[in-house]
Amino acid sequence: MAERTQPLSARARLAVTAGKAAAAVSRAAGRGSGSVIGGRIALKLDPDLLSRLAGHLDVVLVSATNGKTTTTRLIAEALRAGGEVVSNALGANMPAGITSALSSGGNARYGVLEVDEKYLAAVAREVSPKAIALLNLSRDQLDRAAETRMLAERWREGLQGTKATLIANCDDPLVVWAASSSPNVVWVAAGQEWKDDAWSCPSCGGVLSRPGDTWQCSSCGFGRPSPTWVLSGDTVLDPHGTAWPIQLQLPGRANKANATTAAAVAATFGVAPQIALQRMQSVTAVAGRYDVVSYQGRDIRLLLAKNPAGWLETFSLIDPPPTPVILSVNARSADGTDTSWLWDVDYTRLAGHPIAVIGDRRLDLAVRLEVAGVDFRVCTTLQEAVQQSPPGRIEAIANYTAFQDLRRTVGN
Amino acid sequence: MSTSSLRLVWVYPDLLSTYGDQGNVLVTERRARQRGLPVERVDIRSDQPVPTSGDIYLIGGGEDRPQRLAAERLRRDGGLNRAADNGAVIFSVCAGYQILGHEFINDLGQREPGLGLLDVTSARGTAERCVGDVLADIDEQLALPQLTGFENHQGVTHLGPGVRPFARVRLGNGNGTGDGTEGAWCDTIFGTYMHGPVLARNPHIADLLIRLALDVNALTPVDDRWYDALRAERIAAATAAAT
Ligand SMILES: [Zn+2]
Repeated sequence: MAERTQPLSARARLAVTAGKAAAAVSRAAGRGSGSVIGGRIALKLDPDLLSRLAGHLDVVLVSATNGKTTTTRLIAEALRAGGEVVSNALGANMPAGITSALSSGGNARYGVLEVDEKYLAAVAREVSPKAIALLNLSRDQLDRAAETRMLAERWREGLQGTKATLIANCDDPLVVWAASSSPNVVWVAAGQEWKDDAWSCPSCGGVLSRPGDTWQCSSCGFGRPSPTWVLSGDTVLDPHGTAWPIQLQLPGRANKANATTAAAVAATFGVAPQIALQRMQSVTAVAGRYDVVSYQGRDIRLLLAKNPAGWLETFSLIDPPPTPVILSVNARSADGTDTSWLWDVDYTRLAGHPIAVIGDRRLDLAVRLEVAGVDFRVCTTLQEAVQQSPPGRIEAIANYTAFQDLRRTVGN
Repeated sequence: MSTSSLRLVWVYPDLLSTYGDQGNVLVTERRARQRGLPVERVDIRSDQPVPTSGDIYLIGGGEDRPQRLAAERLRRDGGLNRAADNGAVIFSVCAGYQILGHEFINDLGQREPGLGLLDVTSARGTAERCVGDVLADIDEQLALPQLTGFENHQGVTHLGPGVRPFARVRLGNGNGTGDGTEGAWCDTIFGTYMHGPVLARNPHIADLLIRLALDVNALTPVDDRWYDALRAERIAAATAAAT
């Protein structure tokens, strides 16, 4: 167990205590876990708290549009082989939430932290991470006007000259652009099903040609670096070319990609891939995602998909027809209020599934599915949708707040 | 119509397809097919020449840098201008709308020439980004029901005497000029700031494009049940948000 090299100052200790008290008050008032408000108060009392709390930890940051919560969880499981881990496991991924998570760190050796894309550079400056995992970037929350390429540019500028080892997905041109200004990068071939945010070269604006699994700019030659870690079917190829089986309980290609990145991260902390991958097998659900719950006498698997890339990955992991599917979409503030992304999702992939649609924006979904030419039924509640679904385990796919609604309804 | 099938050209999906713009293509295609029309859909990437023999051209919204790249490549290519000379129907959204005008402000803060197909000039707004549901009355000359859309832009577009406003907003911003105009049109060329995408919320505009391409006054009706339900809901939501 690592010791604190420097004890926390009185001011930092006070800030941690005040933060915890605020979190307790917030919890008592029924406002969720309270971690964010606690962190916010603590940071106000001591703006350097984050860097001080992280000072004695070996930190890895994880950022992406999709998969950061799951990958954070997988890395945390893997690193527990080497010592205690503190992590923002519930996805509070902005500075206040991260501060709050670290405040409860005790004697942890590792900090495994999911970071919101927009805050990555700032948090990296505070916590001096040993490693940063960059998974993917794609369109998300269109009304926030955070342009995808601008995010890559901000990562690139913010991470220039970082001492951290970047573990980055070489199959996402925007991630490669963001990472390639750093001196120390481990490239992971983690794949990328969604390609519609990277047809033009992040460097020069030329058109990218994307034959097979590779990609290159036809104008400036910017292209895919060769990976040292590779996701290959159901195995991870390590830098020696040795194949290690992935035996996750989490479903889908995207989670195999997350496991591959997590194994590469674990290796930079000295945890061997076979041990890392074995430990990842214990993860069954992440903050309710992939959980199979019983509701109204039926089994429902809860799947979160927040943006077109996420929906695409989700369609590839659900059970085949005639498995019934329930889709739920909201457009509240946390989801982004612009629903035009629904038209970037290829709903013809659901042909053959009995489909029920619910959620605040079920009529947007109805028109979308009508135009896709697939059959569907519009329901007002989950209960109605479940009752009308034919037999079999139901796959329920929902975006952010719709997913929270589902969890609340089924008591998960 | 130039061939036996309706030729639907989607211009530069690699650059101008950020806000579900494929939806406008899908809705137009679907509604033409529902009328028994054969449709040939052509997606033209920005390294390919824009065909000049299309019937309907759709050009969508995008971020600032792709918008500049699209304008540069469309000017160099010239195909869309030749298609317009041939009388093609062109429907443009947001960044695409600005490109059809005389000029707009690009990602480098400079004035970027457009294609000059619509007599409009765009600038960057100084006010907050316009985000939210819009309700507007479409130009009476077009004889269409109310426009319901979703706007998400910071541009300001001034109309010249060579175009008419596509609509007048009841709720929302539209062109951002403060005079209540939204979009612009002239003959068979249209521009709007509405996403949603706009044709999914206003299928009668898709039908207008098809009618103009076929040069007919009416199309056989199709089942608009879900479109009507969505329209009613969004119109109510915009109204509620404004009060
Ligand atoms: Zn290039």
